[in-house]
Amino acid sequence: MVEEIGKTAEGDLIINVGPQHPATHGVLHLVITLNGETIKKVEPHLGYIHRSIEKMCESLTYRQFIYSTSRMDYLSAHINNHACALTVEKGLGIEIPARAQVIRVLMDELTRIASHELWWGAMAMDLGAFTPFFHAFRERESINDIMEETCGARLTMNYMVPGGVMMDLHPNFQNRVKTFLKLYKLKIHEYDELVTGNIIFQNRMKGVGYLSKEAAISYGVTGPAARGSGVSCDVRKLYPYEIYHQLQFDEILETEGDSFARYMVRLREMNESIKIIEQLIDNIPDGDFQAKTKAVLKLPKGEFYQLVETARGELGVYIVSEGGTTPYRIKFRSPGFSNLSCLDHITRGGKIGDLIASMGTLDLVIPDIDR
Amino acid sequence: MSNEEIKLVISELLPTASFEEAGEWLNIGIEAADWKDAAQKLRNCAAAPFNFLFCLTCVDWKTHFTMVYHLRSTTTLDNIVVKVKLDRTNPEVMTVCDIWRGAELFEREVYDLFGVIFLEHPDLRRLLLTDDWVGYPLRKDYEDPINMIKL
Repeated sequence: MVEEIGKTAEGDLIINVGPQHPATHGVLHLVITLNGETIKKVEPHLGYIHRSIEKMCESLTYRQFIYSTSRMDYLSAHINNHACALTVEKGLGIEIPARAQVIRVLMDELTRIASHELWWGAMAMDLGAFTPFFHAFRERESINDIMEETCGARLTMNYMVPGGVMMDLHPNFQNRVKTFLKLYKLKIHEYDELVTGNIIFQNRMKGVGYLSKEAAISYGVTGPAARGSGVSCDVRKLYPYEIYHQLQFDEILETEGDSFARYMVRLREMNESIKIIEQLIDNIPDGDFQAKTKAVLKLPKGEFYQLVETARGELGVYIVSEGGTTPYRIKFRSPGFSNLSCLDHITRGGKIGDLIASMGTLDLVIPDIDR
Repeated sequence: MSNEEIKLVISELLPTASFEEAGEWLNIGIEAADWKDAAQKLRNCAAAPFNFLFCLTCVDWKTHFTMVYHLRSTTTLDNIVVKVKLDRTNPEVMTVCDIWRGAELFEREVYDLFGVIFLEHPDLRRLLLTDDWVGYPLRKDYEDPINMIKL
């Protein structure tokens, strides 16, 4: 019962955050019930950027549908394409050449760094620090330039196709990646000096937005958000795909479960991605970049599910095939969707000022949630 | 555990379940009436507690709906797929969002796009579409002359 506009019967205040709010990074609409400054309830309203990608994919062929997935989590476009390509390959039962596998992993890890860079800059900006945004974009731009040269696009690459990658690497690729690695190592300590060690920043992050291990599992939280609570859930380690089982890297785990733990996981994960790139950049095997596939792909009757670790967590692609050229039903289990479901749990009982810190460390990308 | 071993554990736990080999993971068929009880048992299974619901969706087979639940045990890292067949004219199934909290949003999405009613769900409303939307877009017989592009 609403007695007064914007107030509940108990006298609690209802405020809207979004759909046009700089801290929601897109068109997320939160309806927050407040008692004074204390949050009583956070209710997400979704669908402002719902395009029904799953329905569209039902009328697209297995070569076409991959392009729409770049528009889901546009910061992990490569990894989304990768997941779809792997699912189709699983259905067709084809092996892809070693060169294509290495290129895919390299691109995935570059994407992961670019995505975490953007998150880091935006996160600091949400908390009122403007400078880190420019620092993050300085490094991110050089990754985007590398992508542009090889894939022809900076954000929605559509580079991975069933059977391998669309075209071979640009001749400059190795040199530019090495230059980027050098630049990155020179600059990474600035991230800690500028933000991580800042006492104001730490006070705003520590003990805020606590997510226990049990809650993280129950809510289906994955990716860095869950690893901050000590849940081992890195798909690259648990269910390795491509060549991840041959690579040396660590799964970053923190046990505190607060916003600062999630922040540290992402920051340290960037260094692991750098490790992977260093192992591969001088060892790109020669050979084909694409396996020979038929012009029209037909998946056999059955169900195929592939898990992939994106920058945000576990992306699952579930294809139900009836044997035709288009999927009968396709479902994208997007990491953002499940991570959002714990937002009410971690912010309830906290202060409204802490909402942004908690939400920022979940790293929500709204087109990924709405699909 | 291999699929065969999981099958042994689950057939002991749920004697009425049917098994099917499809895809890489074990598929378990459960009657809609038994689902809530079975979900609780799977969640508390001693050999492998399936405590992580990582995907929940529905497939429209034109004659019936199939609810598809992908479950994982975070201790043994085993994955299983549970399928619950629903009547298409009156699709109703018990909610599982008190067992796996993440199911709440997933179930609202399935209600929104397929029109499956989740009994005892705390907040069953449309999630992605507007409240006054007519019809359920992911059903195979859904027609929308304005918004739908046919290729």
